Amino acid sequence: MYKYDAIDRQLITERVEQFRDQVRRWKAGKLSDDEFRPLRLQNGLYIQRHAPMFRIAVPYAMMNSAQLRKLAFVARTYDKGYGHFTTRHNMQFNWPKVEDCPDILAHLAEVEMHAIQTSGNCMRNITTDQFAGVAADEVIDPRPLAEILRQWTTFHPEFAFLPRKFKIAISGTKEDRAVTWFHDIGLHLQQQDGQIGFRVIVGGGLGRTPIRGQVVREFLPWQDILTYCEAVLRVYNRQGRRDNAYKARIKILVQALGVEEFAKQVEAEWLHIKDGPATLTQAEFDRVAAHFTAPAYESAIDESAFAEKLQSEKAFARWVDRNTHPHKIAGYSAVTLSLKQHGVAPGDITDAQMDKVADLADQYSFGELRISHEQNVILADVKKSELYAVWQAAKENGLATPNVGLLTGIICCPGGDFCDLANAKSIPIAAAIQARFDDLDYLFDIGDIDLNISGCMNACGHHHVGHIGVLGVDKNDSEFYQVTLGGRQGNTAKLGKVIGPSFSAGEMPDVVDKIIKVYVENRVDEERFLDTFDRIGIDPFKNRVYEGRAHGKAKAAEKEAA
Amino acid sequence: MAQLIKNQTVAVDAWKTLEIAEGETPETVALPAGDVIFPFSVWQVRKTEIISMHKRIGLLLQPEDRVEDIAADLEYFIVIAVNFPKFVDGRGYSSASLLRQRYKYQGELRAVGDVLHDQLFFMQRVGFDSYALKDGKDAVYALQAGFAPFSETYQTSTGQPEPYFRRRAT
Repeated sequence: MYKYDAIDRQLITERVEQFRDQVRRWKAGKLSDDEFRPLRLQNGLYIQRHAPMFRIAVPYAMMNSAQLRKLAFVARTYDKGYGHFTTRHNMQFNWPKVEDCPDILAHLAEVEMHAIQTSGNCMRNITTDQFAGVAADEVIDPRPLAEILRQWTTFHPEFAFLPRKFKIAISGTKEDRAVTWFHDIGLHLQQQDGQIGFRVIVGGGLGRTPIRGQVVREFLPWQDILTYCEAVLRVYNRQGRRDNAYKARIKILVQALGVEEFAKQVEAEWLHIKDGPATLTQAEFDRVAAHFTAPAYESAIDESAFAEKLQSEKAFARWVDRNTHPHKIAGYSAVTLSLKQHGVAPGDITDAQMDKVADLADQYSFGELRISHEQNVILADVKKSELYAVWQAAKENGLATPNVGLLTGIICCPGGDFCDLANAKSIPIAAAIQARFDDLDYLFDIGDIDLNISGCMNACGHHHVGHIGVLGVDKNDSEFYQVTLGGRQGNTAKLGKVIGPSFSAGEMPDVVDKIIKVYVENRVDEERFLDTFDRIGIDPFKNRVYEGRAHGKAKAAEKEAA
Repeated sequence: MAQLIKNQTVAVDAWKTLEIAEGETPETVALPAGDVIFPFSVWQVRKTEIISMHKRIGLLLQPEDRVEDIAADLEYFIVIAVNFPKFVDGRGYSSASLLRQRYKYQGELRAVGDVLHDQLFFMQRVGFDSYALKDGKDAVYALQAGFAPFSETYQTSTGQPEPYFRRRAT
């Protein structure tokens, strides 16, 4: 992975000192709360409900074992012994003291980590596919260009105070695993006539107004990515709405102008800077790409013992089936360590688990690991002959729940337990559903299904693109949950449809149970949940879920009686 | 009275900014003598009059004012002030970048309004060269620490037209 040079390192060290000074001035009353807020947010620091929430960047999902050990140290020393992986390649700590944050950043800087622009109305962490560089279906490794974009977004002087947050995602694979259709800018790496470049998608986003992004340019040579992004950002910075935070994302501007007019303005802006000094050079690409060369893979790996274990141990076979991913090198797999153990908040990991994962990375995966937007940890380069050993170690540490892509592998935001923005709790809903579906045979029988939960319409839990999406809503100061069906990520990404009136927390396991039953009863052959849903539509689900439930006048009468 | 930071020192500001009081319009407001910074709206409708009576002219741009609309007039201005009504409104950074980089404005470019210590670094990079620091803020400390929290920058900017990757020692 990318190693900092002297300047990269100096910049994050200077960032620590800058932030330390800002905290000092805030404490001394020289910076007002309002003046300090954007500064601390651009260092990932929220001040909220119980304690600050501190968000550390894991740029384009890549980490080494030393970095994870440092996060374990921070969790142990400054927090309550755990951290939380978010849906955008970040780790969040929920309990540090504001005064400790400069020291935490100093510790992180030692291992080339930071919290730069992990929040606030600025360009955020660049995200990509957790299997970048190893995926069997990869066309082009997105990581060198992701790193180049990381540097370009870092302290950009013109775009530090945008109308609203701005998120960029890159995908280099046939199957999009980076939710690129729902980012402010989504980039698809592709080849055209022997040239490498991007399809540029702008104006996607989840949140209060979920919108699928639109293509503004079918092909952009990779050398032009910085100047083109500069043009997009400049059009947005100047024209994006600043009168209403809910209408300030670039998606609203693209909708207001229309994608043709927006693209026209970007092209006009771009003409002025195209081929200027910010045009990328082959030398720079090569310099960065040299950090992402393949590790020393072995050839002719003996898979016989692995094959034998697959036959003899069903539990292992299940884990391999769900928690490993095809690798471009024969004899290797990418392993997903599930942070979706039933009953534990999705995405949470303890300091002891972090240390253990770091050890596993050192022992089995060239000392590197990734995190996914599904909030799991990935060992990207494991020999098949060592999968059994990894499985056993993972199992001992609560990291081997074979539920990746299954109903209980829930994507879930921290929700009302931790987050000030939330309308409702999300973790207890995830726990209740996991408790209801605690039978592995049944989970495997149900098969591929994404259940995503957000505690409010900011949609950190990506509920819109869950096959089953759950959104916490506030109704007269009570927590309720709205359910959507049929959403999906990937190349055919689309938003789920609302099934009907919302439910109480207590009803949610039953609601999910009924939805699953409708699928199981109606599926034919090898149909997955989504296939059945697409074939039979939302009505059978709706009918079952609301069967016998009073609504409309009957409900009003019921309320009256109560 | 905002403190004006200019040429690495706290300077005395000789310019007056014309304010349009309630009941006045850009068409009717009296044009004062002396070194005056005129709002864009006044410049638009009184340009000939202003040029005939002033040798030294200043212009005030609000965030929504389009620099394209004054691109042909730049030779008239000694100073262009870009207003930041709130420091989180970042439109002025694009105005400054365009004035300097696209339209090659050479005169004084002044940040006014909610101008704070922690934004000076960005302002300098997009091309501002004077800063009306908000009242009550420590101008001495701003001069000492506000302009160079970082020793290097990755991007192209007005102050550094070559990105770091083109200057990196190979």
